[in-house]
Amino acid sequence: MKKKRSVMHAIAAAPHIFWAILFIILPLIIVIFYAFTDDSGAFSFDNILSLGEYVPIFVLSLELSVIATFICLLIGYPLAYIMARAKPEHQKIFVMLLMLPMWTNLLIRTYSIMAILDDGGLLNTILGTSMHIVGTKGAVIFGMVYDFLPYMVLPIYTCVSKIDKHMWEAASDLGCNTFQVITKVIFPLSMSGVISGVTMVLVPSISTFYISQKLGGGTFELIGDTIERQFVTGAYNVGGAISLVMMILILISIGIMNRFSEEDEGGIIV
Amino acid sequence: MKKYASRIYLCLVFAILYIPILTLILFSFNKTESTANFVGFSFQWYIKLFSDQNAFLALRNTLILAVSSSLLSTVIGTAAAEGIYRMKSKWIKKAVSSVTNIPMMNPDIVTGVSFMLFFAAVVAILRIEDYDSIGFFAMLIAHTTFCLPYVILSVLPRINELGESLTEAALDLGCTPVQAFFKVKLPNIMPGVISGLVMAFTLSLDDFVISYFVSPSNFQTLPLLIYSMTKKTVKPDMYALSTIIIITVFTLLIISNIKSSKKTNTGKKKNGGRK
Repeated sequence: MKKKRSVMHAIAAAPHIFWAILFIILPLIIVIFYAFTDDSGAFSFDNILSLGEYVPIFVLSLELSVIATFICLLIGYPLAYIMARAKPEHQKIFVMLLMLPMWTNLLIRTYSIMAILDDGGLLNTILGTSMHIVGTKGAVIFGMVYDFLPYMVLPIYTCVSKIDKHMWEAASDLGCNTFQVITKVIFPLSMSGVISGVTMVLVPSISTFYISQKLGGGTFELIGDTIERQFVTGAYNVGGAISLVMMILILISIGIMNRFSEEDEGGIIV
Repeated sequence: MKKYASRIYLCLVFAILYIPILTLILFSFNKTESTANFVGFSFQWYIKLFSDQNAFLALRNTLILAVSSSLLSTVIGTAAAEGIYRMKSKWIKKAVSSVTNIPMMNPDIVTGVSFMLFFAAVVAILRIEDYDSIGFFAMLIAHTTFCLPYVILSVLPRINELGESLTEAALDLGCTPVQAFFKVKLPNIMPGVISGLVMAFTLSLDDFVISYFVSPSNFQTLPLLIYSMTKKTVKPDMYALSTIIIITVFTLLIISNIKSSKKTNTGKKKNGGRK
């Protein structure tokens, strides 16, 4: 009987394990293969060595996405905090209001801001000015913040709303003012929400190519654009090498951040 | 004072979030091609859209793909969650769930690129003449793969929560393990399975980046159609299409919210009655 059960359970996960090996691990191995070979399929380090010329693009992508993530946190944390302290029936409405832009396709959202900010767009028409916004770094950062803000707010909101209400009372009884309650008690307790918010904003904004295509106006290139261009033009090897490096960097940073949040939770339990 | 400040802040952020979407909806009714000057009200862009064969084809493709990939990922993912729950070795458990989470952690562009290279290799190795002939299956595999972690993530906590006692009771009462799973366990973890299914469905509907790298020339989805529409100078027919999508999403969200709040209300009432 017992034996039969364990066999059946081994079978339950088998399709998934098979699927994961074939369609998750194997494609990544192929990316690695392309990164370390040349056009003819011979082993070479040329692609990896040629990455030096893409360092400025890497740095620019990192710069814009870190700024965008920081702005998201700056705008999103107070928003999540206010939402979590609102009446329960209002909270539901606020969450829905955040979900709707999130479920609207990224292309539509990005295009709609481009149409507003464009040289002959709505903003300039209404104001009667001729500001040049699309094509600047600011426009790309704005696009990232606009597109990914809900991803920052929702995890923080979930985290803050789960914090025991007595924490507030206890902290203020012990002499904290409102600002201290937030910085010394609430913010540290919501750290896991902040970290998942930061990853959910940082990863898509560092790898985006649509936002920079539309709002960058073709004046500069981010790493996502570079990868896309390599693959569209058939330069699979260089494209593979860039993707590989980006993947490794992102997985390492996610790993580090997760370690931090795990330690935090452990601290709370202790 | 503080209350007002926080209200103003909320309104301001939501206004910024919604102004672009609302202007897009407004200009889909514009009389002229302009997306900056509203001249007058007309339905012409909707009429143009409905006479466009491509839009219908893309809608049909998107739905076929979303339904089939969400069903497939739900079946594989639910079985996998049960299997992962049973795994005795912590090490294997950890290895399987880390590999499963790769598509969720990885930037979409890397997942897309890896699939593109993978299917290029498949085409070369199997000597398939035309990528289009396996195009749909390539899309199905890609979508199922990136949906799987989300399904497992929503089913596994339910299984952990449910524990072992009910299954053991069913086995003692003479169920075979398979019967015990389908008759006892599955109905109990159903909410998790359903939310995984819905999640997978919406993710598949919404995906652009991965589809962009995998899609064959004969299988266009709605996000890909929108992308190709925004490559040229956009005419408001793309606005009309977006408006229809936004309104559909909005309606679905409201319906699901009302349903869930009704459920919790009746649940409360029932509990109250029992007291």
